[in-house]
Amino acid sequence: MSRDGQPMIALSGVNKWFGTFHVLKDIDLEIHAGQRVVVCGPSGSGKSTLIRCINRLEEHDEGQIVVDGITLDEDMRNVAAIRREVGMVFQQFNLFPHLSVLDNCVLAQRRARGTPKAEARERAMHYLERVRIPEQAAKYPAQLSGGQQQRVAIARSLCMEPKVMLFDEPTSALDPEMIKEVLDVMIDLAQSGMTMICVTHEMGFARKVADKMVFMDHGRIVETAPPDRFFAAPASERTQLFLSQILSH
Amino acid sequence: MTGQALSSNASPRQRRRTLALRARLIDIASFVVFVAALGWLVLRGAQGMGYNWQWFRVPRYLWRVIDGQVIWGPLTKGLLVTLQISAIAMVLSLVIGLTVALLRLSPSFVGRGIARVYLEVIRNTPLLVQVLIFYFIIAQILGISRFWAGVLCLAVYEGAFAAEIIRGGIVAVRRGQWEAARALGLRPFDVYRDVVLPQAVPLMLPPLAGVLVNLVKHSAIVSVIAVFDLTTEGRTIVADTFMAFEIWLTVAGLYLLITLTLSLLVLGLERRFGRSRHA
Repeated sequence: MSRDGQPMIALSGVNKWFGTFHVLKDIDLEIHAGQRVVVCGPSGSGKSTLIRCINRLEEHDEGQIVVDGITLDEDMRNVAAIRREVGMVFQQFNLFPHLSVLDNCVLAQRRARGTPKAEARERAMHYLERVRIPEQAAKYPAQLSGGQQQRVAIARSLCMEPKVMLFDEPTSALDPEMIKEVLDVMIDLAQSGMTMICVTHEMGFARKVADKMVFMDHGRIVETAPPDRFFAAPASERTQLFLSQILSH
Repeated sequence: MTGQALSSNASPRQRRRTLALRARLIDIASFVVFVAALGWLVLRGAQGMGYNWQWFRVPRYLWRVIDGQVIWGPLTKGLLVTLQISAIAMVLSLVIGLTVALLRLSPSFVGRGIARVYLEVIRNTPLLVQVLIFYFIIAQILGISRFWAGVLCLAVYEGAFAAEIIRGGIVAVRRGQWEAARALGLRPFDVYRDVVLPQAVPLMLPPLAGVLVNLVKHSAIVSVIAVFDLTTEGRTIVADTFMAFEIWLTVAGLYLLITLTLSLLVLGLERRFGRSRHA
């Protein structure tokens, strides 16, 4: 629980359209500090859009999103404040190709937090060690494998010491043999008590770390349940169908 | 020699190399023939006109040595004025280009509108007419010299082309880069300075080099408002001496000298930017 027992993230009545396409329909979701939430569902169901609304990479059209007591609205100061508290890891890593691994991790600390250089470097190395690639600090992103790049991306986010981490299909662009190294880092992070929202199809990971499973379809949250119940006895037929498809092989 | 190499007992690799060499030789030979033919045509034409070549009279318009002191001739002075105009206009055109590109990409309706009007007006009216407007209207109102009228006009003109190139470079940076920078909490200014521009500049350099070369060439147009640049000096000398061939060829050579140097500089810059980018 964060201050006053308020949820860390609260979405209520959130709706969003892309043109005439209704991507998010009446989303209500509460996430408390320290919770690990896994969002799954077929592609096009709005999972990514949902988490991208939380740090305002997408704007919601209706409803309210409150992060750590700050309401997301037109006020760019609120958006900036929320982005400082919320880290994000993307499917395509999105490391800055013109900066070394170390500088990727240092840049935002210096610019957005005004951290002194030495301290920023020290913290960057600390988190690079945590994702187990301190020896790559001087390299450029293109010299690393996909799995290493994604771990750098995680370290880069952690350097901002966020209260919440958003993961947008972090392993979907990876070769199979690299998925594990990224998931291991994420499991580590989950066990350290980080509040996490992960959009992922990695159901093994979900079973292991999730407190809460969210299943989405056609822009709606169809089902929310703890993982045991979600996997063993999903309430909705749509969830059952989805699970049978992705768990069948 | 080649017949032997092309015979059936040569290895395919040797064969390919011989063929490539032969293509290269044919290429060079045809180029030499072309240049020779062109030179011959010019000389023949000049001879036909009864043109009296006086190349020996040209150097004094570049420099003279009087009492052991070098005195720069009018062509060299004109060249310096051209360099000065070009250099100032280049800096200004890049500043204008960047500003207009950012305006076009801004969420502000007014900003985008201003940028659009500027681009359409400047790109769709003749440069000569713009020079005259700058000199006879804007310079008179603002009370600026013909030199600055010329510089500003060139900067405003080339700035429009630079703006579109800069915008293109910025837009070409992948969306994920913007998103990652924003998600990390960087302010819009920092997003541009630290993430977008460093990736966009290498993309912009080759086409921007073209704009800068054009700027040098277009600077000749200030001769219509009597700025004493290279072209104006050339025209004065031709009027005095009737050495049209020698002087205009020399003037063209001097422009070529500037533009080729510029191209080489940009090439060097490209290499330097290219080195740290392994993506």
